[in-house]
Amino acid sequence: MPLHTKKPRSPTSVSPGGSPGAILLGQTCLHQGPGQKTSLSVLEGMGFRVGQALGERLPQETLAFREELDVLKFLCKDLWVAVFQKQMDSLRTNHQGTYVLQDNSFPLLIRMASGPQYLEEAPKFLAFTCGLLRGTLSTLGIKSLVTASVASLPTCKFQVVIQKT
Amino acid sequence: MSRPAHRRPEYHKINKDLFVLTYGALVAQLCKDYEKDEDVNKYLDKMGYGIGTRLVEDFLARSCVRRCHSYSEITDIIAQVAFKMYLGITPSVTCNNPSRTEFSLILDKNPLVEFVEELPAGRSSLCYCNLLCGIIRGALEMVHLAADVTFLQDTLKGDRVTEIGITFLKKLDEKKYRRKK
Repeated sequence: MPLHTKKPRSPTSVSPGGSPGAILLGQTCLHQGPGQKTSLSVLEGMGFRVGQALGERLPQETLAFREELDVLKFLCKDLWVAVFQKQMDSLRTNHQGTYVLQDNSFPLLIRMASGPQYLEEAPKFLAFTCGLLRGTLSTLGIKSLVTASVASLPTCKFQVVIQKT
Repeated sequence: MSRPAHRRPEYHKINKDLFVLTYGALVAQLCKDYEKDEDVNKYLDKMGYGIGTRLVEDFLARSCVRRCHSYSEITDIIAQVAFKMYLGITPSVTCNNPSRTEFSLILDKNPLVEFVEELPAGRSSLCYCNLLCGIIRGALEMVHLAADVTFLQDTLKGDRVTEIGITFLKKLDEKKYRRKK
């Protein structure tokens, strides 16, 4: 169900104090849907939609990328800074379409715990962000599959696999 | 005894577009889940309530507000401190009855609807920002104040401004704010 959107304007601004609201918003999202799998895909879908819209609001010059790697670097630097006020901590690739983006202190997990506690709940907090990455990539013309894994909070890894058409 | 220095803790800000777009995605998802507008509105209110009961603690910790002596003072604080802190806007406040228990917050600008031109077709009764009503209601309840909070006017429905009505239902608790156990 599309919400009509206005034309995108110039650079995004930061609103004061929205973070607790946003985190709580994320938490209440968890009360959706029967069963974990459906909830995760719903959250991922929402993230995708937001990622697409965010991607559309990017300054035009960033869209002229030379290579796929440049796009991933863009996600790690510009997108991550715009969304989480920090850069991704590392980016690795096998140069064959698979990339692993690692964040050592992922903001959505940082308030939860440190270490192996809550590993089971972590996917719920990552699904939206996976969708966000996939959505932004989609706007930049790249089809992908994005999954996340957590071994120890608040460090998490996002795996991006480019889908060749 | 000197006043303790007012510490401004480093609190995390969020990208405004991300916040507004995420809210929009949330409402869109609820519209998929529920056919009737009333159900979406009710669920938004319920979610807001859950957020409000927790958000009030963050608000009280960060704002250092004093004890209030009237509903009018409380409404002013909601408009001038809370809304400013969390949404970056300051609605104006009007009082709607002589016994001073009914108030309105008038928002001439609403950041949550920035990307929404109009309500989707067939969703004319949708209260897009109903989360806000739940948040206010939940927050007030945690400081022992019962109130009805609803939208009286909505720019998405063609009104000139967005107006949130707050009707306080119980006598103000005379004691200081305390945590609900």
